[in-house]
Amino acid sequence: MKALVRLFRTTAFKLSLAYLVLFGIGAALVLTRVQINVEDLFDEQTAQTIDADIRGLAEQYSEGGIRQLVEVIERRVRTPGASLYLVTTFSGELVVGNIAELPPDLPDGSELVEARYQRRGEATAHHRAMMRLFQLPGGFRLLVGHDLQDRKLLRGILRRALVASLFWLIAIGTLGGIIVARRILARLDKLSASARRIMSGDLDQRLPLMGADDELDRLAGNLNAMLERIEQLMAGLREVSDNIAHDLKTPLTRLRNRADAALRSASTTEHYRDALNDMIEESDGLIRIFDALLMIARAEAGYCSDFMGEVDAARVAADIAEMYEPVAEEHGARIELATAEGLTFRGNRELLGQALVNLVDNALKYGANEPGAVVRVAARRAGDGIEIEISDRGPGIATKDRDRVIGRFVRLENARSRPGSGLGLSLAAAVARLHGGALRIEDNEPGLRVVVALPATCADATRPPSAPVAPLATGFAAGTSPRAR
Amino acid sequence: MREMRILVVEDDSEAGAYLVKAFREQGHVADHAADGLEGYAAAAEGRYDVLIIDRMLPKLDGLSLISGLREQKIDTPALILSALGQVDDRVRGLRAGGDDYVSKPYAFSELLARVEALARRRGGPKQEETVYRVGDLELDRLAHKVVSAGQEIVLQPREFRLLEYLMKHAGQVVTRTMLLENVWDYHFDPQTNVIDVHISRLRAKIDKGRETPLLHTIRGAGYMIREGAR
Repeated sequence: MKALVRLFRTTAFKLSLAYLVLFGIGAALVLTRVQINVEDLFDEQTAQTIDADIRGLAEQYSEGGIRQLVEVIERRVRTPGASLYLVTTFSGELVVGNIAELPPDLPDGSELVEARYQRRGEATAHHRAMMRLFQLPGGFRLLVGHDLQDRKLLRGILRRALVASLFWLIAIGTLGGIIVARRILARLDKLSASARRIMSGDLDQRLPLMGADDELDRLAGNLNAMLERIEQLMAGLREVSDNIAHDLKTPLTRLRNRADAALRSASTTEHYRDALNDMIEESDGLIRIFDALLMIARAEAGYCSDFMGEVDAARVAADIAEMYEPVAEEHGARIELATAEGLTFRGNRELLGQALVNLVDNALKYGANEPGAVVRVAARRAGDGIEIEISDRGPGIATKDRDRVIGRFVRLENARSRPGSGLGLSLAAAVARLHGGALRIEDNEPGLRVVVALPATCADATRPPSAPVAPLATGFAAGTSPRAR
Repeated sequence: MREMRILVVEDDSEAGAYLVKAFREQGHVADHAADGLEGYAAAAEGRYDVLIIDRMLPKLDGLSLISGLREQKIDTPALILSALGQVDDRVRGLRAGGDDYVSKPYAFSELLARVEALARRRGGPKQEETVYRVGDLELDRLAHKVVSAGQEIVLQPREFRLLEYLMKHAGQVVTRTMLLENVWDYHFDPQTNVIDVHISRLRAKIDKGRETPLLHTIRGAGYMIREGAR
């Protein structure tokens, strides 16, 4: 019973029921229309038959007067049939015919009317007929008619056809509805069962596909893609929390060790002072990591979009290039700047500046170790948007690592030995996404090219980031290294 | 640096006491107010040189406190302390009438340098000097000329602005973030050693051949330009 109730509640069943009602109404309308048309046709034919009869009788009357008319009618009534005749005298007595008496209230004249009549030899007037009444000279009256029994039969047949077809329509429709609903219900049950398994923690499970490529399969396919994405994010989250644990614990341990060491072995005020200074530096590094994480989180939440204004990307690129020029010189490298004109867009100058600082810092740290190395900072228009490119001729990043490296705290092997938190590229990527753009990591053949692609108008910067979080970074450690003092 | 009168409005009593103690150790007069209304009442008397105001305060929040003072035409420089420290928070704080913004956790040296810079600005609206002098180093702001011991030095535009800012605050500690804010007009943490490299370039130009350098590095804080060794 419960299963049946469930079945009746399915959309499929309700839909079939709705269609059933619609089809039923349609069938009833069609059959009713057919009936009306058939009856009209029947009535017309009856009228024509009566007219023909009247014409025949009129001929007889004009040939032989009332006597010949009576004779003809007498002959005709002897053979049973649907045709009705009656001739009465002026006083209403029957002369000849197969009707018992003139039906009451029959209008005089040549009008064709439908009326009840009584057959001769029967007790009641329960037949219906079309009839016409004529006044003849001498007070005689002539009634010519046609029985409507056939029409009644026909009406009955049509009505039974209507009822039968409605019955079959409902029977087949309900059955079909139940079958379709059960089929869909069975598939949905399978999907829900898988969904429940997934919810209970079996995240590797996927929803079954029937291979029918219908709407349910497409839905299941999309849900599977969503699950895939969620699994990726979860994995990313796990990685981040593992990394946070590692990357924050390492400096915290160092901090603690220094305090401990100072307590145990420092003898002079000078020693204590040095230890405390070291610890402050270490704390500053930690704070910086926290700040960067917070900023990434905020940028990803679209938090800063209130504070956007007209920004000249070329100016920011030039500022940062100029800021890092002496640093490059210390490395024995130089920064090459190439900016186009009129690169204004809607954005946040501070955030863009910070993103570029991280990228240029990375390029100098990892891509410009050879004397005479060149780091190129270029800003240009690209389609509707703006691209700022930071490229170097260093070792670059292997193709397989390029997606990974944008992730928070990701540091590639060759970067682990150097100062850095692994947040710089994540931060740059988050800033790009906040502006509705993206960070691309490309091969500079040789070297690395990081492109900050920004749309000219950030129409929808507040939308949640659609680009995957993890696959944007490189294991380039970002420039959140402890400040040199 | 002459004595400053400082009001610290901070609801965390430990943090407030720490600041008051630290400023007193520097030879300044510091008072503590524990909530927004108390802070407003004290600041409204107008006898302080600098206000240090926490953003989140009981009874009256820091930004409302400052805008209230500004409406009363009390323009004591106000420095906002905030645990938030993001770009938008800074903008909001400055819009409310704050004069500077430091995010928690901060280094006291940074806070001190900024408070001193604010108090100095208060120290009378002296006409903007057109020539700054420290020892025999002269910077002419109008002519964009720097003369050291009678010799003209050629500086890049950015080096000129760096030296200009340092000389404007001669005798005061100027932190790296202050330099990034005022010379480059960016408000993030400079990270790495970018500012140091610019300073050492400048130093190479102005202190070359000098027996006692003018441009000093203050460990754990920043830089200072001043005449003679300590």
